[in-house]
Amino acid sequence: MDFGFCLSPSSHVKMDSVDLTTFNRLKETNPDINTCIACGSCTATCTAGNFSEMSFRRILLMLQRGKEDEAKKMIQRCMLCGKCTLVCPRGINIRKILLDITR
Amino acid sequence: MNPQIFHPFVLPFVIGMVFVLTYCVVGLIRVISQLPKEDRKKFWRSLVTPKTAWANVRDLVGDCLLHVKIWKRNPILGYMHSAIAFGWFMIIVIGHIMLFALKPLQGVELEGVQRMLPNFYYPIFYKFFATETPVFAFLMDFFLLMIISGILIAVVKKIHSKIVGVKRVTKFGFADNMIRFALWTIFPFRLLAEKTDKMVFWWIYSIDLCIFMFMLPFTRYMHIPTEALFILLRHAGLKPREPRKGYALAQLYSCPSCGLCIDACPMSVNDKNSGNTSAYFMKKLRNGDKEEAQRIAETCMQCGKCVAVCPVSIESCDIKMSQRETVPYQIHSDHSYLDCTDASNASSSSAPVLYFAGCMTQLTPKIMRAMTQIMTAAGEEFEFLDKDGGVCCGRPMLLSGKTAEAQAMMAKNTEFIKASGATKLVLSCPICYKVFKEEYHLEGVEILHHTQYIDALLKQGKLKVGKNDVNYVYHDPCELGRAFGVYDEPREVLENVGNLRKAKSEKELSICCGGSLGSFNLTQKERDEITENSVADLMFNQPDEIVTACPLCLKTFARKSPVAVKDIAEVVASQLQ
Repeated sequence: MDFGFCLSPSSHVKMDSVDLTTFNRLKETNPDINTCIACGSCTATCTAGNFSEMSFRRILLMLQRGKEDEAKKMIQRCMLCGKCTLVCPRGINIRKILLDITR
Repeated sequence: MNPQIFHPFVLPFVIGMVFVLTYCVVGLIRVISQLPKEDRKKFWRSLVTPKTAWANVRDLVGDCLLHVKIWKRNPILGYMHSAIAFGWFMIIVIGHIMLFALKPLQGVELEGVQRMLPNFYYPIFYKFFATETPVFAFLMDFFLLMIISGILIAVVKKIHSKIVGVKRVTKFGFADNMIRFALWTIFPFRLLAEKTDKMVFWWIYSIDLCIFMFMLPFTRYMHIPTEALFILLRHAGLKPREPRKGYALAQLYSCPSCGLCIDACPMSVNDKNSGNTSAYFMKKLRNGDKEEAQRIAETCMQCGKCVAVCPVSIESCDIKMSQRETVPYQIHSDHSYLDCTDASNASSSSAPVLYFAGCMTQLTPKIMRAMTQIMTAAGEEFEFLDKDGGVCCGRPMLLSGKTAEAQAMMAKNTEFIKASGATKLVLSCPICYKVFKEEYHLEGVEILHHTQYIDALLKQGKLKVGKNDVNYVYHDPCELGRAFGVYDEPREVLENVGNLRKAKSEKELSICCGGSLGSFNLTQKERDEITENSVADLMFNQPDEIVTACPLCLKTFARKSPVAVKDIAEVVASQLQ
């Protein structure tokens, strides 16, 4: 329901108009991200996640929604320790993907 | 000019020689001028310090002249290389001795430059100009035949390398193949020229030498002059700072592309990946193919086996690291959130022993539990640095080439450790161990991996263990074994608790588990192939259990091993009395 105003800024994402360049570029170089099942193992084990909001699962989600700025801000927390890659049940090379996003 | 001392056929050789010498002098000045100021100072100082000067002499004779490291690695290749290189060196030296001893130029009227010139080419073509004595003639023929025997082995190696015990050889481009052909033909033509004394063979011999010298700076044979410089720089204790400058440049030119690293590299189990080995990396980087060099640098697992087997001791892992540092990142890490957290459990404790499990050990809590059991049993006063998760040690970040970002995490950990007042830091993860040993500045704190720590506890009698009759095989983690030579402590510990069986490749030849954080590009499938190969190597003597000392190796092997995989701490904890 749209009253024309709201108390908090809208988090509405228009999937038709979002900019998915980063996500599409990532998909090309790392096709394994297509196999992600969003189980959250990466987030559960994350060393940086212990101290901050860092979560790879959410980064991927943000990129899929075109929220590049938020994803790039979150990725700064990453310590690149590689635990996420180690526990990923789909064998996704998460460390490489994280590194690629920062390039 | 007197025909006894000059003939036009020597000219191609003289021109080639002048070219090579000029190139080497220019190259030498270039390398030394590219060194950062402090490195240059270190280098000059190392030349006059007795200890390094002695090491220089020892390695110049041992490596450049006698090729001891190749002999150790593979005696057939050792003979092949020594026959050609040492034999060639000897006929040049004997030629000069003859010039000095027999004085063939005495009584010939010569002035100034003319007097100098014959010294240059005379020993190379001595038989054309001089009458000889039986002793020298025998020595010259002996070494010439030795060289030709070496070339025969080289030809066999080229046709079928497995005969000389080499599975994969480096694939060369046009220039490298061409100069190799020139080198192989020099000596048969010399023999022909000396034995038949026909002018045409003397000409071919001289032109062959000329071709060899003109191609030398642009091919792998540049390692002949550069290796000497590299040995001096290496003993000065330098580190490559830029992938194609100064010290690294000397290393690039010193790589003979012999390909011993290709068979050694764990990635070579997959033929496609054997192109990602150090020999090719050095070639690509030397040719200025930055993109390929970067790709190979990021595929490398940094296990260090290529460095261990390299007959020239080229530190390819360090060069790959400096190549990784050249990547310009758009987004930089920000770990300022650590400032407002108290991540350390230890800051209030005053226990002398601090235990840092590390990220990987957090994923294998059984190692943490075993360590707790062991330390309690030994009556040690200890405290965890990261019981509920700590800050990463910084090595994974360093491996990505982001040095500054890694420094931030390292500073945080240093702060925690200093605040705890501990005198001993025990680590369970060799990845952490390497970075703590090399990059941290923790004066007054002894840094130990738990294998060393347990070994010390056993030796001090603080820990009592019983012996069972399980057959163990020990896998040397790359960052503990090859990086720091911690080979004996874990083996002594295991001999206390059971029987130790040997793996097929041990110690510095141990094969990486495949899980390494060093590589970014390897896919899970490629890693699995490496793991399977490594497990097969460990299972060579049918052990009952595989024991390792690295949580990452443990997790990696567990996926593929037919027998139980345990950490050394677990094994000891289960045998506590």
